[in-house]
Amino acid sequence: MSATAPPAAPDRTTDERLLRTSPLRKLLGRPELGSVVGAAAVFIFFSIVADSFLRASSLSTVLYAASTLGIMAVPVALLMIGGEFDLSAGVLVTTSALISSMFSYQMTANVWVGVLVSLLVTLAVGVFNGFMLTRTKLPSFIITLGTFLMLTGLNLGFTKLISGTVSTKSIADMEGFESAKKIFASEHTFGDVTLKVTILWWFALVALATWILLRTRFGNWIFAVGGGADAARAVGVPVNRTRIGLYMGVAFAAWVSGQHLLFSFDVVQSGEGVGNELTYIIAAVIGGCLITGGYGSAIGSAVGAFIFGMTSKGIVYAEWNPDWFKFFLGAMLLLATLLNAWVRKRAEASK
Amino acid sequence: MARARTGVRALGAVLAAVLGASLAGCSSTGGKRAEDARKAQAAGRSAVTTPRWTFAMVTHSGDGDTFWDIVQRGAEQAAVKDNIKFLYSHSDEGQQQAQLVQAAIDKKVNGLIVTLAKPDAMKAVIAKATGAGIPVITVNSGSEQSKAYGALTHIGQDETIAGEAVGDELDKRGRKKALCVLHEQGNVGHEQRCDGAKKAFDGEMQNLYVDGTNMPDVQASIEAKLQTDASIDSVVTLGAPFADAAVQAKKSAESKAEIDTFDLNPKVATALQAGTLGFAVDQQPYLQGYQAVDLLWLYKYNADVLGGGRPVLTGPQIITEKDAAELEEYTDRGTR
Repeated sequence: MSATAPPAAPDRTTDERLLRTSPLRKLLGRPELGSVVGAAAVFIFFSIVADSFLRASSLSTVLYAASTLGIMAVPVALLMIGGEFDLSAGVLVTTSALISSMFSYQMTANVWVGVLVSLLVTLAVGVFNGFMLTRTKLPSFIITLGTFLMLTGLNLGFTKLISGTVSTKSIADMEGFESAKKIFASEHTFGDVTLKVTILWWFALVALATWILLRTRFGNWIFAVGGGADAARAVGVPVNRTRIGLYMGVAFAAWVSGQHLLFSFDVVQSGEGVGNELTYIIAAVIGGCLITGGYGSAIGSAVGAFIFGMTSKGIVYAEWNPDWFKFFLGAMLLLATLLNAWVRKRAEASK
Repeated sequence: MARARTGVRALGAVLAAVLGASLAGCSSTGGKRAEDARKAQAAGRSAVTTPRWTFAMVTHSGDGDTFWDIVQRGAEQAAVKDNIKFLYSHSDEGQQQAQLVQAAIDKKVNGLIVTLAKPDAMKAVIAKATGAGIPVITVNSGSEQSKAYGALTHIGQDETIAGEAVGDELDKRGRKKALCVLHEQGNVGHEQRCDGAKKAFDGEMQNLYVDGTNMPDVQASIEAKLQTDASIDSVVTLGAPFADAAVQAKKSAESKAEIDTFDLNPKVATALQAGTLGFAVDQQPYLQGYQAVDLLWLYKYNADVLGGGRPVLTGPQIITEKDAAELEEYTDRGTR
């Protein structure tokens, strides 16, 4: 079975779902295949042009860069498969970190209390996005653009109002900080390689999302809603609840990233996070998600994040002239995506 | 729909419960209570009886920038002392900054403080202000254009001189290979700092551009650079928040480089004392805001002008371990 297969042509005499497919064909039909080839190409490229790229310590840095992006790319990809966008995802990460930090500080509460309050408020923002979307029937682009602007303003306004400055106060000396840091921002050394805990969070989220997409009823609902909401509703899929659930997924991941931001730097700048929402969407798109919805995978988003991490850090390892940094980044991303699209087209043609 | 509404209500109930529980789950260390305990009294009241003039300050700051928050604080406290009504606005787009200046002119303010980070965009509107008889003082950036545009005085740090101070300090510390971390690509002042440092530094200096709005990415980029080139023995960041990211990157990359930074904040002050940072270059943003308001007042009251047409420098002041202790209290209250 492959829930991710594109819709069959209607004029087939035999039901295509009953056709036997070889394992190779099945592999070629996976949405992340193109991005895997792209990732391999980027990897080989930087292995050749940058001497230090292949070192274990370098790869762990690339993995860290990919993981902080990848944690958010997973739910953003699911949301895109469900046919929607979330432009508020970048600043929501900052919001989540600000809430934990300021709540703990102002209430002089155990840090964990702030972390839990932050989870609730962040999820509430996700519910708000989903609820507004299903209630108003406005495009998600407009709804979440509104949320994005409101959150950006609230982040600044509240931080200034409560802390008196535009960044939060340090909570590093408060109770519960050490244990929370272990969960959200610790490092683990294996031999001479140091891996950040965000990599574990990332892998866990990818595994969870893949299981949801391919093995649960909710996963089928996501594909159905993204493929065609009206058709899905007609066959009894709870479209609204699915969408609200997807936005809550984004909110949950934003909470995880936000706590990582807070516990690795213990002070949060209220103006951060703007622009990152696009990076998450880029990772999902490189990973094979269609912007129109109904097609994509969680593993693909992880590969997309990995390509982004390799490219942005590979340029540093290769010691290219920094004046051209953004150009290189853009060109590499474009090439990876083109290769991805080409491989997918070939794969679909061979069916 | 009903289901979603009960969901929201349930969420509210849980939130209320957690808020209640938080009073029980208190932290005995740190937090707001500790701050209140050491709260410094920095507010004051008017010291003069001159009429209540209105001064406007329009900067090129982006949203939520700690540096500009301190500038604003300095200006506000000088305004309280000088019996001034103080208006502040900002935009990081040159055109919008010019529109904000125009709005201040329309309001017929008695004095104007502007930054010239994008001088060409500001030229016309400043001519309008001086034409309308409003005295203008430029702060922070634009020391070259200030006089030509008709401003009374420029108050700020010369970025090239500040960069040179960093280069000299690195030489003094016997450094050979340094990294200059720029967190805003295309910012002229940032380039000037790194160029100044490069010029004065006897060793080799490289630039590294990072994405300032994404802290984990800043850290990973510096980490990547340190891993590529183990001979880098010092890293200079151009803003206080990035110094901390550099310290963490150094730890992960197991590098021996010394981390130095421009600008101050509470974490930088603590890190200087702990020895995790080598030195910080302060341009005293509080002074830039405070002096601008105070000098405008002096001009209106006594026709005083400072600097004789040359910029009045507020920096660079090099801060090391031994100065950090006495500054910690001031960085905590947000005036240094």
